[in-house]
Amino acid sequence: MNMPSEEIVVKKPAALSPVAAARDANLDSALRRPVIIAAALVVTLVVPLFVRSFITFQLTQVMVYALAILGLNLLTGYNGQFSLGHSAFYGIGAYTAAILMSRWNIPYFSTLPAAGLLCFAVGFLFGLPALRLQGLYLALATFALAVAMPQILKFSPLEWLTGGVQGLVIDKPDPPFDLPIDADQWLYYFTLAVLVLMFAAAANLVNSRSGRAIMAIRDNPIAAAAMGINTALYKTLTFGVSALYTGVAGALGAIVVQFVAPDSFSFFLSVSFLVGLVIGGVGSIAGCLVGGLFVLYVPNIAESVSTGLAGVVYGVILLLVIFVMPDGAAGFARLTRARLARATQPLITKGRSS
Amino acid sequence: MELLLQQVMAGLATGGIYALMALAVVMIYQAIDHLNFAQGEMAMFSTFIAWQLMQWGQPYWVAFAIAVAVSFLGGVAIERILFRPIHNAPILSSIVAFIALFSILNSGAGYLFDYTIKEFPTPFGNKPFLGSALIGTHQAGMIAVSLGMLALLYLFFRGTRLGLAMRAAAANPESARLVGIRVGWMTALGWGMAAAIGAVAGVLIAPVVFLEPNMMLGVLLYGFAGAVLGGLTSPGGAVFGGFAMGIIENLAGTFIPYVGRELKLTIALVLIVAVLMVRPSGIFGRRSVVRV
Amino acid sequence: MKRLTRRTVLAAAPSLLAQRVLPAAAAKKYDTGVTDTEIKLGNTAFYTGPASSYGTIGKAMAAYYRMINEQGGVNGRKITFLSYDDAYSPPKTVEQTRRLVEQDGVFLMASPLGTPTNSATQHYLNQKKVPQLFVATGATKWDDPKHFPWTIGWQPNYQSEGRIYAAYILKNKPDGKIGVLYQNDDFGKDYLKGVKDGIGEKGPAKVVLEASYETTDPTVDSQVVSMKAAGCDVFVNTAIPKFAAQAIRKAAELEWKPLHVISSVGNSVATVLKPAGLENSKDLISDFYLKDPTDPQWKDDAGYKWWLGFMEKYYPEGDKTDVFNVYGPSVAATVVQVLKQCGDELTRENVMTQAASLHDFTVPMLLPGIKINTSPSDFAPVKQVQMGRFSGERWELFGELLSGAVNG
Repeated sequence: MNMPSEEIVVKKPAALSPVAAARDANLDSALRRPVIIAAALVVTLVVPLFVRSFITFQLTQVMVYALAILGLNLLTGYNGQFSLGHSAFYGIGAYTAAILMSRWNIPYFSTLPAAGLLCFAVGFLFGLPALRLQGLYLALATFALAVAMPQILKFSPLEWLTGGVQGLVIDKPDPPFDLPIDADQWLYYFTLAVLVLMFAAAANLVNSRSGRAIMAIRDNPIAAAAMGINTALYKTLTFGVSALYTGVAGALGAIVVQFVAPDSFSFFLSVSFLVGLVIGGVGSIAGCLVGGLFVLYVPNIAESVSTGLAGVVYGVILLLVIFVMPDGAAGFARLTRARLARATQPLITKGRSS
Repeated sequence: MELLLQQVMAGLATGGIYALMALAVVMIYQAIDHLNFAQGEMAMFSTFIAWQLMQWGQPYWVAFAIAVAVSFLGGVAIERILFRPIHNAPILSSIVAFIALFSILNSGAGYLFDYTIKEFPTPFGNKPFLGSALIGTHQAGMIAVSLGMLALLYLFFRGTRLGLAMRAAAANPESARLVGIRVGWMTALGWGMAAAIGAVAGVLIAPVVFLEPNMMLGVLLYGFAGAVLGGLTSPGGAVFGGFAMGIIENLAGTFIPYVGRELKLTIALVLIVAVLMVRPSGIFGRRSVVRV
Repeated sequence: MKRLTRRTVLAAAPSLLAQRVLPAAAAKKYDTGVTDTEIKLGNTAFYTGPASSYGTIGKAMAAYYRMINEQGGVNGRKITFLSYDDAYSPPKTVEQTRRLVEQDGVFLMASPLGTPTNSATQHYLNQKKVPQLFVATGATKWDDPKHFPWTIGWQPNYQSEGRIYAAYILKNKPDGKIGVLYQNDDFGKDYLKGVKDGIGEKGPAKVVLEASYETTDPTVDSQVVSMKAAGCDVFVNTAIPKFAAQAIRKAAELEWKPLHVISSVGNSVATVLKPAGLENSKDLISDFYLKDPTDPQWKDDAGYKWWLGFMEKYYPEGDKTDVFNVYGPSVAATVVQVLKQCGDELTRENVMTQAASLHDFTVPMLLPGIKINTSPSDFAPVKQVQMGRFSGERWELFGELLSGAVNG
């Protein structure tokens, strides 16, 4: 084999999730069973009526994080573009909602499409130069975005808009039509509705031709281009859609927490999203819910074990989860189902190679 | 003009810190093809080990040597125990493992050594270097050590069989195995070396920034940026990138009117991204060609 | 809460009337979180994350409440102190605060830590009418009883301190060119505002360089270099310990000797000046309201001896040179005082009433002469400070007690 005179390092294509194509719909297909869907729906609808409003608040936050993680999943899990910058989109969405609500009294539900559109635009525009970058270089570019966001939000000349370092306070929206529920429960249902809609849309996207094109780009970009897929267009569009999802999550998050401040949207938040993505299962839509649960509850669990060593406990839990479920919850679910299937049908599969 | 010179010098001085960190980052990248988020925390923990040894009465060089040795072994152990079991997992899962390591080391250090800042001695003294008040003897020492380590690494990778084996293992594990290289141990060795370099970096950085569990976070950020700027495949590029980061950051903060002071990290990163647009693998990096 | 029957109302009537005159004979009135034997206090602090060096304040407060319990509690009730970590992240603070109020059912929030973290919950706690008592930060916004009647600060606020520094500069270097080093967030900008407002148009002295830093910055060396290059001869250093120490040392390395004013946040001998170099810290000026535990002048002081005994018995692993560990018990003592003043009427409303009725209250580690006073329009408990100059070995206090009270 001749080595050309310029220095080139030859590597094999590194898919971010080698078996993603095979398993991406498995947890989702399980959930497509009507019985499971109906049961889950009933539970989620009824829970806030029976628990304290604090728990309702926490569950609402879980849904917000799940939505944000879904945004990251679309870009990194399904399209293979590594992003460390989603805290920026989340922050843009949150501030959009906060500014519209507190400065111009725009009703809260209108802020969601506004946040989504703005983030789509920003994501799309960021996706354009990102086309040139791969792997860790793309990671740095997105990381730059994540680091820049708090600084921009604190920037003095923009204080009239963003509230600067003090942040902005938002009022909690009241339930409409005088429904007999409190504001926390209303927010829960509102968030749930948005979540269901956007998850359904994402599932739709992923299972469509566009979805397959997006995943083809992740698994083998050169082959995808050779097959006629407009990789540049799909990649930037995916960036935009991904930012849209996380931006809407940010807007919801701001409404739920009722407060935005620049340092809440730092690089550490991006890391949390990444952790949630991996734990839930890269390339799984339903896994995002598991990711959201993990991101909210596990730090609390770690703290209750030991305040001084909370970080150590958190890290250990994280490692254990990765060891036991390297492909995340979704991968684990798929493995369990496969094992169960094999265990219950030994005679039929005998003699056939798996 | 004088201010420009002063800020460039000051930038070189802080850039020395970033360069050392960038070198450790690139080292491990070459060994395992991943970015180690916990690199900074490993360096910090190693420095605390050295500090604790000195508290127990050991002289500086003994503490230093033991800390570097312990770090080397620690790096090997971490690779064998933590990362070997998941080396077939997707890349993102490994990254989460790094994050877990970060959390454990940071919290552990805080628990064992608490969060108040501690002085850390320097073997180079703190006099002005060559009469200039801007670069002290310690900073000059750091720069010398960065360049020295760079030279040693170059010689090691290019000139020794072990170095060649490590490069082969990282570049093409399967082919390397076929020629008899024990890829697993090469990776572990790479980790050990990166941890040792990190320890050296930490020990040299602590006198400047003060030793405390959170001391490396900012350094790792800048070091990573510098490594990417220089090119992740090039240790020399990483060192260059580190120095460049220090200078860019200082100049941006001082000279860009109005926005510079509040947005200097942003500006530095934007510049790097701009450079990446032109040279997507960093200034000195090699293009990686992917086979279909 | 007792059921409201005719009999209980009639029985309570005389004692309700008598309550104003004889608090000890009042009927018992409890809000959530209080029983005959227990008072539940909630708190958030940052035990993890970039500002974790402040976490020891929470631990010191917990130790203080343990001591109170061992001494019999407050009017016979033991204090349960629940403190959760929020990692300096406002959304987490909101979550933990809601957990404390709604799930754990605490009576009040006792000295939650941090400026942005408390800003996030201020609205919520005021809406829920839960006292946000003696918040452990010096932001000026906590002294605003008109808009936030359930929030009260404790320490001299940052803008007041800034103005005090400005006044000192105007007196001692009236034509100074001032450089200010501040953290680029709520707390840092509060200091900056105080200094700038204090200087105002009052003299040839001017702020010529406002240099900010982020907590993720490795060093502030560049900022110090810029200040020297800009010709500053006054340096107002409002940074937190790590960066304050770096700045002191860098200034010395550059052989730059400005009039160096350091804030109360960064003037601890053990945690800032020693690492920075005691020689380098000579002639530093600062303001104080607490006794520095490493200052030999307090060696035989009754308050210091009490504090040392407290640390040894209840928080032995705490750093006995860290002024944060002086701060914690001092705030906690004020909380306990308010609870004591409530007697048996342990309602949240009464807590705020009593918090606004502190008269000449002192705690052992406040500087001699500093007294805590509050009123319904004055939510600044500790207002006074005393200036000091560092001799190279210890802080030498001088001058009168100053008060630069700025309302939120």
